Amino acid sequence: MDFTEEQLQRYSRHIILPEVGGKGQKKISGSRVLIAGAGGLGCPVGYYLAAAGVGTIAMVDNDVVELSNLQRQIAHSVRTLGMNKAESAKNTFEALNPDVNVVTIKERLNSKNILGLIKDYDIVVDGTDNFPTRYLINDACVLAGKPLVSGAILRFEGQVTTILPGEGHCYRCLFEEPPPPGLVPSCQEAGVLGVLPGVVGALQAAEVLKLVLGKGKPLSNQLLIYDALGVNFRKVKVPKNPDCKVCGKSPVITELIDIGEEYCSI
Amino acid sequence: MPVKVLIPVPLQRLTKGQETVDGSAGTVITLIKDLDQKYSGLAERICEGDKVRRFVNIYVNEEDIRFMSNEETSVKDGDVVSIVPAIAGGC
Repeated sequence: MDFTEEQLQRYSRHIILPEVGGKGQKKISGSRVLIAGAGGLGCPVGYYLAAAGVGTIAMVDNDVVELSNLQRQIAHSVRTLGMNKAESAKNTFEALNPDVNVVTIKERLNSKNILGLIKDYDIVVDGTDNFPTRYLINDACVLAGKPLVSGAILRFEGQVTTILPGEGHCYRCLFEEPPPPGLVPSCQEAGVLGVLPGVVGALQAAEVLKLVLGKGKPLSNQLLIYDALGVNFRKVKVPKNPDCKVCGKSPVITELIDIGEEYCSI
Repeated sequence: MPVKVLIPVPLQRLTKGQETVDGSAGTVITLIKDLDQKYSGLAERICEGDKVRRFVNIYVNEEDIRFMSNEETSVKDGDVVSIVPAIAGGC
């Protein structure tokens, strides 16, 4: 595929970077990324990946846009209140960059549908809002060998990590088990600074583009912690756990399971 | 120089809003129990009995204690200890 004159202009600031160039921009244009959640994190991740010209972006969300989302979910607007979030994000991303094919998946991820949904994508991004889905996405990506860029936020704090199955740690190596329901509050209960998902989502988008380009050092075997109040970025080491239930030497999770519904309320 | 303990945002209400508190050298578990004397309720949020909860990680100078000596990992003056709970928000 050759770039049109318009595309050369649109992506000129990328193409001029020696680490990207025309070759790298073609890789970006040919890449396929699935983003789980079109909320606080999914919006900035998808927005920047659309701007960058990622060829196909799948937005997975079965929820609709509400007024309380607009303090941080920048792909939605008063014009899309009540609309499915994946659909609302598609409108925004395609208005920014018509080169991008945005696929909407208006379903909730579960053990039955997830492997079929991620199969056609190169990279998965986790921007979901609950522990069961986070563990499900991790397990599915480990089993399917898909790179996963995971981000999480609460109040003033964010966490980002990149999971490269077969090479580095997975989410279960990092946190062995989800907390019991009710112990860790959700954003709905505890609040979230509106700009926080923007910072964390932009970090996730940068990780995705690095993986697509094969440049730089991914956040594998590391967890990046961002504290907006103290303005601290810290990295801690995350070794691969040989006893990990899904990616260890003798895994006990060899097929996907749905963790109890009671977790979904947290 | 004492042990520097970094408190995650969700637990900062127990440390009167402080993001960093000073602890004393020993092991991870003695450090937490010692901190609990000053900041009541902290130990219970991090541990179940003498064991660190499985959705909370503790790092001594960026190394996960689960891959060292767990709760018995030694901490000395000047070390930086991070307490990192799992969070799941994406909304």
